[in-house]
Amino acid sequence: MLLRMIPDNTRIRFMWLRSVSFPLSAVMFLASIALFFSVGLNFGIDFKGGTVFEMKTMESPADISAIRTQLGTLNLGDVQVQQFGAEDEVLVRVQQPEGGELAQQAVVSQVREIFGESVEFRRVEVVGPRVSGELAQAGMIAVIASLVVILFYIWFRFEWHFAVGAILTTINDIVVTVGLFVVLQLEFSLSSIAAILTIIGYSLNDTVVVYDRIRENLRRYKKMALPELLDRSINEMLSRTVMTSVTTLLALIALYSFGGEVIRSFTLAMIFGVVIGTYSSIFLAAPFLILLKLRPSSVTGGDGGADADKADEGSSGSAASA
Amino acid sequence: MLYFARWKITLIVLVILVGAITTLPNFLSPATLRAMPDWLPKSRIVLGLDLQGGAYLLYEVDRADYIQKRLKTLEGDIRQTLRDEPRIGYTGLGVQGNGTQVRIRDLTRLDEARTRLSALTNPLVTNVFGGQAVDEFEMTVADDGLVRFSYTEQGLSQRISSIVQQSIEVIRLRLDEFGTTEPSIQRQGEDRILVEAPGEGDPQRLKELVGQTAQLTFHMVDQSMSAEQAMQSRPPVGTVVMYSAEDPPFPYLLEEAPLLSGEDLIDAQVAFDQQSNEPVVNFRFNTSGARTFSVVTQRNVGRPFAIVLDQEVISAPVIREPITGGSGQISGSFTVESANDLAVLLRAGALPAKLTVVEERSIGPGLGQDSVDAGRIASIIGAALVIGFMVLAYGRFGVIADLALATNIILIFGALTFLQATLTLPGIAGIVLTIGMAVDANVLIFERIREEARAGRSAISAIDAGYSRALGTILDANITTLIAALILFQLGSGPIRGFAVTLAIGIFTTVFSAFTVSRLLVALWVRWKRPSHLPI
Repeated sequence: MLLRMIPDNTRIRFMWLRSVSFPLSAVMFLASIALFFSVGLNFGIDFKGGTVFEMKTMESPADISAIRTQLGTLNLGDVQVQQFGAEDEVLVRVQQPEGGELAQQAVVSQVREIFGESVEFRRVEVVGPRVSGELAQAGMIAVIASLVVILFYIWFRFEWHFAVGAILTTINDIVVTVGLFVVLQLEFSLSSIAAILTIIGYSLNDTVVVYDRIRENLRRYKKMALPELLDRSINEMLSRTVMTSVTTLLALIALYSFGGEVIRSFTLAMIFGVVIGTYSSIFLAAPFLILLKLRPSSVTGGDGGADADKADEGSSGSAASA
Repeated sequence: MLYFARWKITLIVLVILVGAITTLPNFLSPATLRAMPDWLPKSRIVLGLDLQGGAYLLYEVDRADYIQKRLKTLEGDIRQTLRDEPRIGYTGLGVQGNGTQVRIRDLTRLDEARTRLSALTNPLVTNVFGGQAVDEFEMTVADDGLVRFSYTEQGLSQRISSIVQQSIEVIRLRLDEFGTTEPSIQRQGEDRILVEAPGEGDPQRLKELVGQTAQLTFHMVDQSMSAEQAMQSRPPVGTVVMYSAEDPPFPYLLEEAPLLSGEDLIDAQVAFDQQSNEPVVNFRFNTSGARTFSVVTQRNVGRPFAIVLDQEVISAPVIREPITGGSGQISGSFTVESANDLAVLLRAGALPAKLTVVEERSIGPGLGQDSVDAGRIASIIGAALVIGFMVLAYGRFGVIADLALATNIILIFGALTFLQATLTLPGIAGIVLTIGMAVDANVLIFERIREEARAGRSAISAIDAGYSRALGTILDANITTLIAALILFQLGSGPIRGFAVTLAIGIFTTVFSAFTVSRLLVALWVRWKRPSHLPI
């Protein structure tokens, strides 16, 4: 007996559910934006500049308050000390000092000197103000550029409705993921940008698969009302959507649990992205097509031009009812 | 869809075999590797700095500092030019903002001054084939006698560009003798230099070697008053106070114009002082330097002179006798290492401009190894979960998907090894993610087959339709991910780039393994069993 995540021939009325899913998503979307502007992201040194030291102490657990006191004598301004991963590992963040890069280098030598051989410096990262600005810019460009290129690709492969629907869905996923970063105050770094780009890839992958089936069904059932057709398409793909999410999540959870502290927030963002990407490809991507007034008649190519007229009639009826 | 020509089967098997052989060295010990015959590939995956530990240092040419220095030199050149006979009277010579300016007193001689000074605009040849000569400076002459030199944008960017080039040469010479690891030095952008040193967990010494300007100069010590007096009143014209490198620093009053500089050196070596047995640095001047040195020392027996490195006095010995041999000795309180570093710095020469560290990332070897271990465990567990789940969900077909997944993983490692792409920690995450997503293609196919079977097709025809219909979807879905990966590669650096590489490679191998390998396996199974119903 094989494991079935989803029974065959489900008939869930997803389009009917959009009266719930749209407001829900709108709230999450707006809340994320509001949080982004009110609370703000916890930017890491990649985007804000500063210095990070990861060190392993000789005694376990590490004496964090002693480390804090020791660092206090250096007058480095805002210094955060926290346990990181194992009990004897400590992460120290020093804010961007005044005086730019030279002052930063001084911070590094001072900190290395004051601890000397008493700790093992596992990682030291210094990002100067100039570089951090550029990295932030490059990250923004990366996200926008990939959205634009993918928009054109889908436009080229499908109708524009699909392209717009896919991009809207993806923007929703990005915004909500950023919202997660704000809520959990996860450090937002270069690898977070990589996580977001991966989520873009994954979410689009999911959306495209559903759209592909919709396109196929548009050709097959020329008279079916659009909401019904979308429901049918999603139900047909439901098993696959869930299966793929599960396998991807299995791999990511393994990575989250065993992949080490350095990439934990990176993996967490991706896990969330997979969940939100799956949700949105079912509950947002397809309903968007109704909003965008996609009619079966606007789908080109495929079989037989003979019953195109009939299909037209059928579809205008369905659009009215939608 | 289920028919495979024999040559196709051979080709597929060959690809997998080549992938496996390329991957193999990564799992063998170095000793086994040496024992293998020569025709087998032996290269392993290149580990990124975050996995093997190492230092990543991004330097930037300090433009402001360079411009100030250059304008100061220009000021001297202008003074020299106008003082040449017949002298042209001037006033208000100095650096003002982004330029150097001077006012010609006698307006009737303004044209003469213009002609003479125009040589200082310093045309820089763009390329060997003539092309357009760009002036380093733009000279403007106002009617009231004000002559101003300011940097042209092109002139400056060309200067910066050649400074970066020269600096790379100097750094390379300096690092040639640095430890066992071989740091890579490359230009980045217009005014940056990236130094990467694998295995270097504490880049402190590396930074000292790379970042030090190492401008060596020799100055006479001015004895007309003590340095303390000079600081309290005003130092005599043409002198400057500089401090020693000791703690606390000791001030010296020196003649501002150097007698000689590091450019006149041809060699520097570490030696030991015969009396104190302390490490010292012996140096030799070139011919003209030796001549100057001999003249100066003859003239100044009994007076002290100072050896200055980057505005810091290293030592200030008294000249006991004329030094005519063209060689000398620097003694300070050196350790063997610091004497050695100084000798290296002097041999390699000074940097043409100050370099600032704008980004530094160093990872200790301990953390690197921990990350490799964690990545390995996470990959194995992730793969095991996915493999187990696929068997649960699809039975026999799940096993086929798992075999395709195994091929996929082998091919990813093979491609990484073959391309000598750098594997980073996010790269490992990319592989794990690919493992999760790779089965997607098979899931798409299997679900399609189930559907087709439900629609009443026979087993073989359902399988056939499943593969052919799922192809378009698989391609569309993977191309979108590929686009994201390519953009990530373009804009990312270091670890992120590693992630983009594995993600992109993963997409190609996934499409290959799902569409070719799994299809072949299914085809063989169908040929063998001739099933009438689907076990899926």
